[in-house]
Amino acid sequence: MKGEILLKNAKLVDGRGEHGHADVLIGEGRILSLSGGEAQKVLDVAGMVLSPGFLDPHAHLREPGQEVKEDLRSGLTAAARGGYTDVVSMPNTSPVVDSAEMVRALKKKAAQIGQARLHPAAALTQGQEGKTLSEAKLLQEAGAAMLTDDGRTNEDAGVLALGLRYAASWGLVVAVHAEDAGLRRGGVMHEGEVSYRLGLPGNPGYAESARIARDLEVLRYVNEGLAAQPHLHIQHLSTKRGLELVRQARRDGLRVSTEVTPHHLTLTHERLESLNPLYKVAPPLRTQADVEALVEGLLDGSIECIGTDHAPHTADEKELDLLRAPFGIPSLEVCWPLLYTELVEKRSFPLAVLLERFTDGPRRILGLAPIHLEEGAEASLVLWSPDEERPVDPKCFASKARFSPWAGWVLRGWPTLTLVEGRVVFESAHTLGKEPRPI
Amino acid sequence: MSESAVPSFPKHLLDFRDWSPVQVESLLETAQMMQEVLARPVKKVPALTGFTVATVFFEPSTRTRISFELAARRMSADVVSFVGAVSSTTKGETYRDTLRTLDQMGIDAYILRTDAAGVPHQAHGWLKKPIINAGDGWRAHPTQALLDAFTLREKLGSLEGKKIAIVGDILHSRVARSNAELLPMLGAHVVACGPATLLPAQLPGATLTTNLKEALQEADAVMVLRLQKERMDKGLLPSLPEYIAAYQITQGRLGWARPEAPLLHPGPMNRDVELEGTLADAPRSLVERQVANGQAVRMAVLYHVLVGKRN
Repeated sequence: MKGEILLKNAKLVDGRGEHGHADVLIGEGRILSLSGGEAQKVLDVAGMVLSPGFLDPHAHLREPGQEVKEDLRSGLTAAARGGYTDVVSMPNTSPVVDSAEMVRALKKKAAQIGQARLHPAAALTQGQEGKTLSEAKLLQEAGAAMLTDDGRTNEDAGVLALGLRYAASWGLVVAVHAEDAGLRRGGVMHEGEVSYRLGLPGNPGYAESARIARDLEVLRYVNEGLAAQPHLHIQHLSTKRGLELVRQARRDGLRVSTEVTPHHLTLTHERLESLNPLYKVAPPLRTQADVEALVEGLLDGSIECIGTDHAPHTADEKELDLLRAPFGIPSLEVCWPLLYTELVEKRSFPLAVLLERFTDGPRRILGLAPIHLEEGAEASLVLWSPDEERPVDPKCFASKARFSPWAGWVLRGWPTLTLVEGRVVFESAHTLGKEPRPI
Repeated sequence: MSESAVPSFPKHLLDFRDWSPVQVESLLETAQMMQEVLARPVKKVPALTGFTVATVFFEPSTRTRISFELAARRMSADVVSFVGAVSSTTKGETYRDTLRTLDQMGIDAYILRTDAAGVPHQAHGWLKKPIINAGDGWRAHPTQALLDAFTLREKLGSLEGKKIAIVGDILHSRVARSNAELLPMLGAHVVACGPATLLPAQLPGATLTTNLKEALQEADAVMVLRLQKERMDKGLLPSLPEYIAAYQITQGRLGWARPEAPLLHPGPMNRDVELEGTLADAPRSLVERQVANGQAVRMAVLYHVLVGKRN
């Protein structure tokens, strides 16, 4: 059998578990064989792990309108470097992505760039103004992956109910940024011991859970008597209490899914003691108890996936003071090695479960079939190195946002090769024995 | 004053995290010497000759800025002053750019006031020069706390075991936060009191209460904070009369405190709002003394930060 790439001695791990070592032959966009064969390009990848490519259900790629922060090329290149083969981009751009034409244009441009695949999310309401629903059917036909007003919160519960009801007709997920604006009251960090001491306006955990409680009640209401089950996806969950509410709703049979970000799994509000706006993010970094609950939720499946909430900004903006600096952390390039190191290596979190939350979990939310490492499977894959250890160096990011709260953290598990449908979209200089160089 | 008498000091005053009680004591002793300088007919010493100090105020404050500028001039430093509206930063000129521009002009120390917490810390990282925090957001106002402590000690002697009540809008007060940090370092016990909507759930260094009588009971001193009228607009208080009914410091309520317990206020005052107007001028009021002492304390801070650096 002849293929395009042969990965010899790869260790296979996917969301179902470990599957030993194999010589993986790739061609025609698929895994042709797990027992070798001839190929134009042969790489001995002994010591490395081959997994399905990651899907990020939540990234801000800033195009159109804010290309100074990020654009499709830099964002999707960053994604490919991070082992992502698929990225859902958020619609809170300028203008807002709320038309079929815009979705088509984004998909076309992303295809031309040829890095990770783009799945644009479109706005739930026109202009994300929370009033008139977007054209869900037309958006879906154009390729919109989900509907969300992320970046804003849905203040009008009635509009959310209509959106959930209408989107369900087309099998579309409605994703929400769950945060009660009234309880948040302009908070810039978690409300608690640290915010009281620092005299910074706080955003209580209850701002999230109160809104989740409301949204779940709306979902419960819409769910009654509707043939097509509405699907609510709660973005970037940050609190233990919010997780408890989600668990209860799932037990009650509601179709609710949720995601957690790398920063809410690895950082707490105490980081703000440094008064560094680098740690300013929405929802804010919470307490260690919240972190522990989120890890537990990730483990037991209450949290189905990891969403990066990759939120690039310019360095100048992020160097403003804590009141004025924008919210957000860029993380596409470090998410996997970060969570592999911090959860699997340091906390014995099961590798297969973490992989499931990067691969099958988010694919399930979008209604995509899982990718399993078997012959005939789509060759959208990532090869990563559990032994390669190096510090996070934002200067080497492909993202335009070259700052990171994890700068200097020594991580393992760095992606070395990313394939989209059999095509190499990223090959690490490290694989070739070269030093990384700043772009 | 011989240079060898100067203990090792932090090269900045951002808050009291880096300061030990011994360093604070030493600084207050220096302030006492500065007070003697200010009592002379010629209120000027050459201690900071050759140094250039910049007051950079992104938030308006006439009294603090003038107090710092006079303090620097009385020690023969050259002084430059920048008063920038916050709007200039939103137009793209960041704090960092403004400070770096100034830094090209040979400034030796910065006195910085901002409406946002943390900027002095950021500035310290950008400039690697002594930074004196003249108030950052709701977070810290360390020279105000030092002058309060200095004034209290002048009146009460040692603060060991003394109960100091702070009354008003604690949540938004950098004065309350810095005092809650500093006064316990000197042995005092701080009780912070205000309406529930203007109290944080906790404040390290202070006991919190909404009960004014409990706060004032047996207090050795009472510090009253200015009430910002905008708190009503934001729905944090029902009305001014409501606040006055519950929390205004009156002659009668002062009776709950120890006899002759002094009254402090960081100013500017809303007479007949947070306190009965006549109390501000009563013999137990230390308000004017606080202003006078502010200059001596700021001279001491500048001296330690700058001369410490030279050593």
